[in-house]
Amino acid sequence: MSVETVGAEGIVAGHPQGRARWATLKRWESVLAVILLAICAVNAFASPYFLDANNLFDSTQSFSEKGLMALSMALVIIGRDIDLSVASIVVLCSTAIGWLATQGVGTPGLLGASVLCGTLMGMCNGAIVTRLEVPAIVATIGTVSLFRGLSYIALGDGAYTQFPDDFSVLGQGYLFELIPYEFLVLLVLAAGFTAVLHRTSIGRNLYAYGHNPEAARYSGINVAGHRFWFFSLNGAMSGLAAAFLTSRVGATRPNMALGWDLEVIAIVVLGGVSIAGGSGRMTGVILAIFVMGMLTFGLGLRNVPGISMSIVIGLLLITAVALPIVAGKLARRRARGRLISEREHSA
Amino acid sequence: MQSLLRRRETALALIVAVLLGAIAVRAPVFLAASNLDGLLNDGAILAIMALAQMLALLTRGIDLSIAANMALTGMLAALLSKAHPDLWVGLTIALSLVLGLVLGAFNAALIAWLTVPPIVVTLGTMSIYRGLTFLVSGGAWVNAHELGERFVAFPNQRLAGLTHNVWLALLVIAVLVLFLHHLRKGRELNALGGNPAAARYVGIDAARVQLLVYLTTGALAGLSGYLWVARYAVAYTETALGFEMQSIAACVIGGVSIAGGRGTVLGCLLGTAFLVIIFNALPIIDVSPFWQMAIAGAAILGAVIVNSQTESRPRGKLILQSAVTPAASRAP
Repeated sequence: MSVETVGAEGIVAGHPQGRARWATLKRWESVLAVILLAICAVNAFASPYFLDANNLFDSTQSFSEKGLMALSMALVIIGRDIDLSVASIVVLCSTAIGWLATQGVGTPGLLGASVLCGTLMGMCNGAIVTRLEVPAIVATIGTVSLFRGLSYIALGDGAYTQFPDDFSVLGQGYLFELIPYEFLVLLVLAAGFTAVLHRTSIGRNLYAYGHNPEAARYSGINVAGHRFWFFSLNGAMSGLAAAFLTSRVGATRPNMALGWDLEVIAIVVLGGVSIAGGSGRMTGVILAIFVMGMLTFGLGLRNVPGISMSIVIGLLLITAVALPIVAGKLARRRARGRLISEREHSA
Repeated sequence: MQSLLRRRETALALIVAVLLGAIAVRAPVFLAASNLDGLLNDGAILAIMALAQMLALLTRGIDLSIAANMALTGMLAALLSKAHPDLWVGLTIALSLVLGLVLGAFNAALIAWLTVPPIVVTLGTMSIYRGLTFLVSGGAWVNAHELGERFVAFPNQRLAGLTHNVWLALLVIAVLVLFLHHLRKGRELNALGGNPAAARYVGIDAARVQLLVYLTTGALAGLSGYLWVARYAVAYTETALGFEMQSIAACVIGGVSIAGGRGTVLGCLLGTAFLVIIFNALPIIDVSPFWQMAIAGAAILGAVIVNSQTESRPRGKLILQSAVTPAASRAP
């Protein structure tokens, strides 16, 4: 029952549904890569402004923050949990640093405070879920209103707009006047998250309890501890995203980041992470971040309004999840047909 | 278990009564007949949606698309009324029900036949329906003066002292009480959510139950979409935004378990009453409406924490794993 010696693949393959779906899951990243290339090709064909280095790097800003949140959300969902409150965490963190900025706190302090504040809210989620044993979806449905509600109490219909002069560097600064800092942070953290999930025992433990919490507990994994810290990490990443977003738009309002929670979850699911937990890979999630980003950017270049994009995103999400299931069903039907015809032959 | 459920509902009823009492001490006008009438009228739509949501939750599912369904159906009903202001209201209602049913059928097919998890399907259709609402309206509002006179008047017209809104809610309540608590088919919802493997062993067809559930949530969302647009006399892209969360909140406060199999119509209605009272009382007792969201969040958290501490689910032992795999469930 040593989980350490069983690879993540082995655990996924052992899942009753995963076994049937494994063959398609293995190819899911390639499917995503093809989708990404197709989107880029269509975009390049449809708009002459797409294949411009400045435009492309600028466009990363619109999805870097959601991308950061998707990285940690993937870990939470692989562990059989879900966190609906991330957008509300962003708002409350942004409110907190908006207030701190009026008190004269400098840019490094604001960045730190945002991450700290997010971590605390993530811990709050984690404690409710693990200590009080409330299902994650219910607990975070509560905190989704609580966190954003606190921001409404603090701000009402007002806004914080006074930030230090150098604060805008976070969300609007560029390396070599080309690559946004936000995007660099996303790339570095994406590499870090991939390493943690696929190369460390923490990642192995995550797959183990995401697939079977009872068995993982019996094999000596501190399941509650892991879940608590992954919720905290998710809060910290939301806090980081909040600092970037606030810096980019230069203001804090209680209605910012509306609907981001579901968008982030959509990215993770599109990336091939099973909502039932225990399976999914970080490369898929990273590809899904780019698929969503390039899709949104392309539609934006064609002047498609944001709300209509949600139709495309919704269809993509459902198709992404339904396709492997349909493929699995067809494969099973074929296998059964083969079995029957073999029997008939032997008879 | 029955006595435990009964205790929880009496406790909740007491809490609602204490809440009403406390507000009445601060502002006696809250208990005036006209205000209570307004509460009922406001609560009717939420009650219908919370009951629909409960059907999904009972089977271990969830329907996040109901608010978007309301927005799309409401918008189409409003556009229809704009084009034909003299249309018979009965026909509008029937069309809204059918349209909602069609939108629900999309969810139902994906969930029941393709076995895609409900949360993923309805998350997807939620953005699709909301996007379609924008597309069909071009982002424009349909305002009161563009809507048919009878279209707007119907939900607020009275029959025996109560508004049509309330009567429709009462009809839904009566049908669901009968269905969920007294008919075999309704008990199957609880069975399926309580223990899917056992439900399969006793011959319950999960796909058929799920079809029924998501068709019903769709149809009820369609009806509520019309009622909402007519009651507030405006249709726009953000109609009923966030209403899916309110409906889940009402259920959860009312003791409906998100893990499936547990929940009663009475509990769900008490949960609805709790939310409606809190939302409507805040302005009356001089609390800024900006507190509304945080208080709702705190109430939901409090309720679910209390629920989780009192709930002890009997753990059965699953002997034959094959019964729950999709391969087995599809075998002829």
